[in-house]
Amino acid sequence: MPASDQSLLIYFSEKITIHAHERVRKLLRLLESEPVAGVRNLHPAYCSLLVKFEAVKWRHEALERELRKYLGRLDKVKLPEPRQVEIPVCYGGEFGPDLEDVAATHGISPKRVIERHTSATYLVYFLGFTPGFAYLGELPKELVTPRLPVPRKRVPAGSVGIAGNQTGVYPFETPGGWRLLGRTPVSMFRTDREGLSLLAIGDRVRFVPIAREQFAELSRA
Amino acid sequence: MSAIEVLSPGLLTTVQDLGREGFGPMGVSPSGAADALALRIGNRLIGNTEGAPGLEMTLLGGTFQFQGACVVAMTGSDFGATLDGDALPPWQSFEVKPGQTLRLGPTRSGARCYLCVQGGIAVQPFLGSASTHLLSGLGGHEGRALRKGDVLKVGGSDGTSRTGTFACSPKALSHLAPRKVLRVTPGPQNHWFPKPAQKSFYANTYRVTEEANRMGLRLEGPAIPGGAHGEMISEGVSLGAVQIAASGLPIILFVEQQTTGGYAKIANVISADLHSVGQLRPRDEIRFELVSFDTARKLLIEQEELLTSEKLILEI
Repeated sequence: MPASDQSLLIYFSEKITIHAHERVRKLLRLLESEPVAGVRNLHPAYCSLLVKFEAVKWRHEALERELRKYLGRLDKVKLPEPRQVEIPVCYGGEFGPDLEDVAATHGISPKRVIERHTSATYLVYFLGFTPGFAYLGELPKELVTPRLPVPRKRVPAGSVGIAGNQTGVYPFETPGGWRLLGRTPVSMFRTDREGLSLLAIGDRVRFVPIAREQFAELSRA
Repeated sequence: MSAIEVLSPGLLTTVQDLGREGFGPMGVSPSGAADALALRIGNRLIGNTEGAPGLEMTLLGGTFQFQGACVVAMTGSDFGATLDGDALPPWQSFEVKPGQTLRLGPTRSGARCYLCVQGGIAVQPFLGSASTHLLSGLGGHEGRALRKGDVLKVGGSDGTSRTGTFACSPKALSHLAPRKVLRVTPGPQNHWFPKPAQKSFYANTYRVTEEANRMGLRLEGPAIPGGAHGEMISEGVSLGAVQIAASGLPIILFVEQQTTGGYAKIANVISADLHSVGQLRPRDEIRFELVSFDTARKLLIEQEELLTSEKLILEI
């Protein structure tokens, strides 16, 4: 379906499912390994892929026909084994100003929130919003909380937040409406690292609780 | 190699080229000149490749001292530029002598003015582009807006530099003049908005708020009745997408946009009018006009033909 005069959206599902996510990744992988001339950018999301193209070169209908050939080959695309990434997080206090509120909302202790948040293995559905911001799911049901009614104007880099059934880490100081549970000393996006972003689509992520002293130590590293 | 010292940076001055495409999977939006046409024409006036890095100034221009001889052009909005006190008309090439000072003031027309220099502004490219991405502090000059005292290197000339004074054809300029009626194509959630909401969107006049920057422009005016009907899952967003926030008011996503988002999009500004968005100032009043995808493409092709035509640049 056309999204603008220079982009179109491919929807795989009307619901967030692992199957749809894998189809998004497979198409992304195929388009990255065998690029279509005149396609300028790709934006994967939960169950869709936005394809930006040179409008002078392509019409929507013609590009759609071309992309359907790719879609027909998805079943043959193999995805690599997911990478496992651990992210150390110092929970609560000034690093996690919403931890107490989240705990109170669900009638559980802050300790229980941390236990639940660190118990799950999360899937990187996609990166979006800002460079290196990974949408991670799913959050354990016990922690599902709506985003803040009024977003914060400044969320510090490294802040770990939750919103709905998602969780994620803010790579940069930006505005943001997710409820903040803690902060990681690890850089999510660095220009001096191969691949730049710590996380990539399809990775599996676990959060590991650390103490303040470790946070300070790792920040210096 | 020449250099330019920033004596005063102006309100918000950044190094921009035509942006970095292809990094959507990492969440990196292209950034790049907000009025790409102005940057491209500025570069053509001085014999650069059209995507050479230049300076983008916003609402209030800066003051710059040239350490070496240089050929420059100013395009986009008229910021009342002077060179050692003498007025410099925009959309024209000029020779600058070592030690001369170029001073720009507040805008006399739209939001942005471009300073292009022969050889381009030399910065370390990030992901293949010189464009500053302000939100993440990446690209451009140290990933940030210019400050007093910054010294910018000017790239070496590639040997094709030409002599003479060149100007943009007035006829082309009137064709490319920024519009206040933005033409749009239907957005991907267009059908989520009931008829009265659509009618209201195209009939209303909206005013650009103070919250208008390279990431997006928040508009004020009558809220769209009813809003969108549907459950939105975050998806990729296009440059120039017009999304309707919970308040019922539109936001136009722009060059430093978030790459994905969860608001319904009623429309999308056509490619041929994106440069007009780059020239919108707070308090400007705008309207939206619906066109077909075929019309949008026709307008873009016409614009590109004009931009690449020999008649665009005249020797004077």
